[in-house]
Parts: sequence; structure tokens; C-alpha cells
Amino acid sequence: MSNSVINWFKYASPATFYPLAGRLVPWFSGLAVLLIAWGLWIGLFVAPTDAQQSEGYRIIFVHVPASWLSMFIYCVMAFWSALGLAFNTRLSGMLTAALAPTGALFAFLSLWTGALWGKPMWGAWWVWDARLTSQLILFFLYLGFIALQSAIDDPRRADRAGALLALVGVVNIPIIYFSVQWWNTLHQGASVSLTKAPSMAHIMLEGMLIMALGFWSYAIAVVLTRVRCIILERELTSEWVKRNAVD
Amino acid sequence: MLAVAQLTCQRGARTLFSGLSFTLPERQWIQIQGANGAGKTTLLRVLAGLVQPQEGTLTWQGQAVQECRAEWQRALLYLGHHAALKEELTPLENLRFSLGLEAMPADETVLMKALDRFGLQEREHLPVRYLSAGQRRRVLLARLLIRPAQVWILDEPYTALDAHATQFLSAVIEDHLEQGGSAILTSHQTLGLRSGMSIAL
Amino acid sequence: MMMGFWTSMRRDLVLATRHKSEWLTALFFFVMVTNLLPLGVGPEVSLLRKIAPGVLWIGALLSTLLGLQRLFSSDHGDGTLEQMALSPVPLAWLVAGKMVTHWLVCGLPVVLMAPLLGIQFDLPTRSLGILVLSLLLGTPILSAVGALGAALTLGLRGGGALLSLLILPLYIPALIFGAGAVEADLAGISPQGHLSLLGALLVLSVFFSPWVTSLALRIALE
Repeated sequence: MSNSVINWFKYASPATFYPLAGRLVPWFSGLAVLLIAWGLWIGLFVAPTDAQQSEGYRIIFVHVPASWLSMFIYCVMAFWSALGLAFNTRLSGMLTAALAPTGALFAFLSLWTGALWGKPMWGAWWVWDARLTSQLILFFLYLGFIALQSAIDDPRRADRAGALLALVGVVNIPIIYFSVQWWNTLHQGASVSLTKAPSMAHIMLEGMLIMALGFWSYAIAVVLTRVRCIILERELTSEWVKRNAVD
Repeated sequence: MLAVAQLTCQRGARTLFSGLSFTLPERQWIQIQGANGAGKTTLLRVLAGLVQPQEGTLTWQGQAVQECRAEWQRALLYLGHHAALKEELTPLENLRFSLGLEAMPADETVLMKALDRFGLQEREHLPVRYLSAGQRRRVLLARLLIRPAQVWILDEPYTALDAHATQFLSAVIEDHLEQGGSAILTSHQTLGLRSGMSIAL
Repeated sequence: MMMGFWTSMRRDLVLATRHKSEWLTALFFFVMVTNLLPLGVGPEVSLLRKIAPGVLWIGALLSTLLGLQRLFSSDHGDGTLEQMALSPVPLAWLVAGKMVTHWLVCGLPVVLMAPLLGIQFDLPTRSLGILVLSLLLGTPILSAVGALGAALTLGLRGGGALLSLLILPLYIPALIFGAGAVEADLAGISPQGHLSLLGALLVLSVFFSPWVTSLALRIALE
């Protein structure tokens, strides 16, 4: 995502961004399929069986990349929000709105796979582990953002109010994470830490990275497609949309 | 002098007005005309600085409004659609607080006199809840007499006023123009004011 | 500037005294919620003492939410908010005045009522003091952060429910450190760390919230 930032400044107008996004979507979709297939193959067949956790651990090849991405997408949303508020560009608001559902999806996926992993590991679908709890709160933040945006009819107000909320959220996330960590250590909850997956094999890390890249490509493809829909919806009356519709 | 150049405003997908330009010199007033929903109120809100226009510039005394926001807000008195009154408070309290929110001193006798002139004798200490629509309007309009401003932006000021109050309001506006002020108002009624400029949306 | 702040605060205070039901409802709600809990979980004293900090804090949190929905909506409805936005006084100062009043009307009564409810949960005297202190530091955070949510959801469909959805996740740090202080004291640990962090949150939120809230109000007014 980061290498196209320069282009996005140039393509800040919806009319020029729309066809560019259209050209990029198939590439990222293809890349997503390839990378995810490769990552899954490593995760399911190549990576060795874990001594302690046996086969159940293999869910981390989905869980960890999904968690990474859910956090990363919120930061990207905050980045576009800041740009949108500072430069008053319409496209940033549309991008933020398009990112939110994908971010929420990954947060949910991370919670779900976390629960699936937790059952054999901790013997419970849900434990109040600091990371799981933080992830849940992140999911709530996504839901709040989506709810706020969908409650506002005027797209301009929706964009700007959403941008403000995303920025406030991103400032609060470290504070919330820290407080949840603090709360967790005080209460001595579950002790199996996800970071200390005992001596992670090199091939496992490789698998997770490839899966993460695959998820990224998927996210980019989906977000670009969604942005195209939003652009069409909002610019329905503008000249270039009418011209394209005629062509 | 207020100058407006190439003002464009969209609400949702609809363009309310575009390329609107005019100037408002001292001692002049502008009547904004248009059907319901034509964007009269939005135009006034853009001029007041509540809504950012999609395109166009506003200049006050030769300076862009964004660069002299505080001066523009001091020079401006905007009375909107709503009465901006609290039902639980008396007219006197309402006026006092509205001045206080703008950090302007409120002299009791001046406030009482303004209310009297708008025909609200004996009503100064009655909660606004007990006043009629026309009387509420008059409490709002009493701000014209107590809050000094060069440009008045009035949204439908004649709504709910009786014949007597209508005449009095016109006299107040005339007075304001005499003293070098200017005004922009939307109104469907004929006003009994000296002829001014007119903008149709 | 200060005059605008004082006027905005005094105005809301006068309105609150003429509308006693508003803040009395919030206080009564606090009492009701905390008193319902023992009926739900049973009267065992050791259990009640254990959950008291969390229950009282969540009660405080929910009861401030009640007053928040009306923080700007009446001013928005009658056009006063427009006048405030056009005032030469920075909107943030006027907003700060309203926040202070919200705390005085919705937060302070809760703080004062809390020790009485704490006694019902059999909290020892020392912990009651910590409870009051934590609420004293924490409830202004709730008013400050909540005001932002109220501004963002101003005039929207289902504003009240939406407000809770937006604001409650942001309340989590205050809840953790506030309730944590009392729990720490109950467990015989010094609550100082919790209280310092709560103080830091207070400074941050009171400093930034009026400004961010005024931005949100301008967005809502457009």
C-alpha cells in the first residue's frame, strides 16, 4: 500500500482515481489468490507439527496475519483521515469509509480464529487475555466508526465526523492497549502468551509473512473495488460519470 | 464592504448555487429571493461562516474571511431560522446570556429598553415558554438593538410578526442602514423598506 | 475568553436548576443500577465487596451517559449552538464551560453519592476514600470524552445508542484505572500508580477534549 502513496497524491481527484483503481484491482486480486494459496500450503503442509500444541497451532497462519492487518488498517484509516481533514480532499474520506469494513472483517477474523485456537490451548472459547481483549476493543472501535458513518446522511459530514473519530481512536488505541495490559497483569489471567510461541521455526515466520502479504493484497483489491462503488454513488451527477456511462 | 466571488455550494449531490458573485457596500441591503429549498438559508450560513463553500471566496474589508475570522464575527450579526432562545429563561436572561457568550458586556437598562421597544413590556421576567411565536421572534430581534454590528444577516426576520412589529422592524433596519450598516435578508414578504438589491437563487 | 467560559457555564447551571429532573434522573439511575446488582448476584458479602469497585464505576459511567445525550442537543435544536459557533470567543472555551457544568450536574452528585453506596457493598472506610478520590479524578474524564461523542452524534438518528457505541470503548482506560485503584486498595496494595495514571488521563482529556469537541460541533453544524 505504501508504494502507491505518491500516486495517490497525484490521483486525488475521484475522476482520475476511478480508472486507476479499476486497473489495479485485477492485479491485486490475482496476487492475493497466489500469496494466500502459497501461505496456506506452507502453513498446512510444510511447517512442522508443533511439539506442544500439535496440529492445532496451524490456525496462527490465519490468526496472526489477520490481527496484524486489523491494527494496520486502523492506522491507515487514521492516516487518510488526517490527510482528509488537513487538505479537504474528498478521496481520503471515501478511502477511509472503504477501509473500515475490511478492517472490521479482519478484526473479527482474528477474534474468531483466536477463539478456535483458545479452545484446545486454554480449554475455553474465550479468555480475558490482554491481546484478545484489546482486539475485541479494536473491533468495537471499527463498529463505532461504521455505525457513525452510516447514521449520517450527508456524505461530507460523514467523512469529516468519521475522520475525527478515527483520529481520536488512533490516539486512544495505545492508551487502551496499555490499560488493558495493566489490568491483565494485575488480575493474573491466562498465562499462555501468544508472543512466546515457543521457538518459532523459520518456516513458520515465512508462512505468516506470506499470508500477511496475501491478506494485504486482498485488502487492497477489496478496498479499491469498494472505493470505486463509493465514487460512483457520490459522483452520480457529475459530468465524467455520465460520460463514462454513455461510452 | 463584503464581497463574494464565484461562490459554489453543494448539498449532497445537488448544487444549490454556483458562480455566485456580489458585493454589499455600506448603507445597502440585499434581499435574497428563491423558492423553498433553493438554498437561501444555506447561502446565509455560508456568508456567516457556518458552512464552508465548495468553491469561491468571501472577503470582508478587502481581507479574506478565513484570515480575519474574529473581526468578521464581531462585525456580523446572524439571526437564523430558530429563535435561539431557552424556554426556561426569561427574555431578559436570554439576552444577557447571548451577549455573555460573545463576551460582550450586558447593561440591564439597555436590555430592558430594547425589549420595551419591541413591545415586550411586562414580559421581561416571564419565562419564554409562556410567550407566543411572534413574541419570541421579537425577543430574538431585540438583539439587533443591543449587539453592535456592521452587517446584519437575517433569515426570515418577518416571520410571525404582526403588522405593527413588521413596521417597527423595517424602521430598525432603515435606521441601521442610515448609520452606515448593511444587511442581507431572506423574506417572502414585501418589506416596506427602501429599495435594495435583490438576488434570485 | 474567560467571560465566555463563565457565561456558558452559568447559563447551563441556571438551566439545570430549572430542570431538576435531568440531573436527578442521572443520580437516581446510578443508585438504581448499583442496587440492582446485589439482587442479581446474591447477598454474599465477600463477593459484593469484591465486585463493588467495578459495579460502582460502571454505574457512574452509565449515569453520565444519560446526561450527555442532551449536552448539545437542546442548544442545537433552538439555534443557540449556531450563535455560539459565530461568537468571537473561541468555541472551545464555550464548550469547556458546558463540560464543567455537565460534570457539576452529572458527575459531582455521583461522586458524593458513591461512598453511601460503597457502604452497602461493605467497603472498608479507607477504600471508600479511595473510591471517592478515583471518581473525583475519573468523572471529569467521562464528561470530557463524552462531550466529544455527543458532538459527533449531534442530531443523528438513534443518537443515544450510537453515542454509547462510540464512547464506551474510549471509557475503558478510565474504568480500568479507576476501579483498579479501589481494588488495589482492597487487596492491600498502594493505589497510587492507578491514581497517578488516572490523573494523567484527566489532564490529557480536559486539555484536548474541548478543542476536538468544538471541531466536531462545527462539522455537525454544516
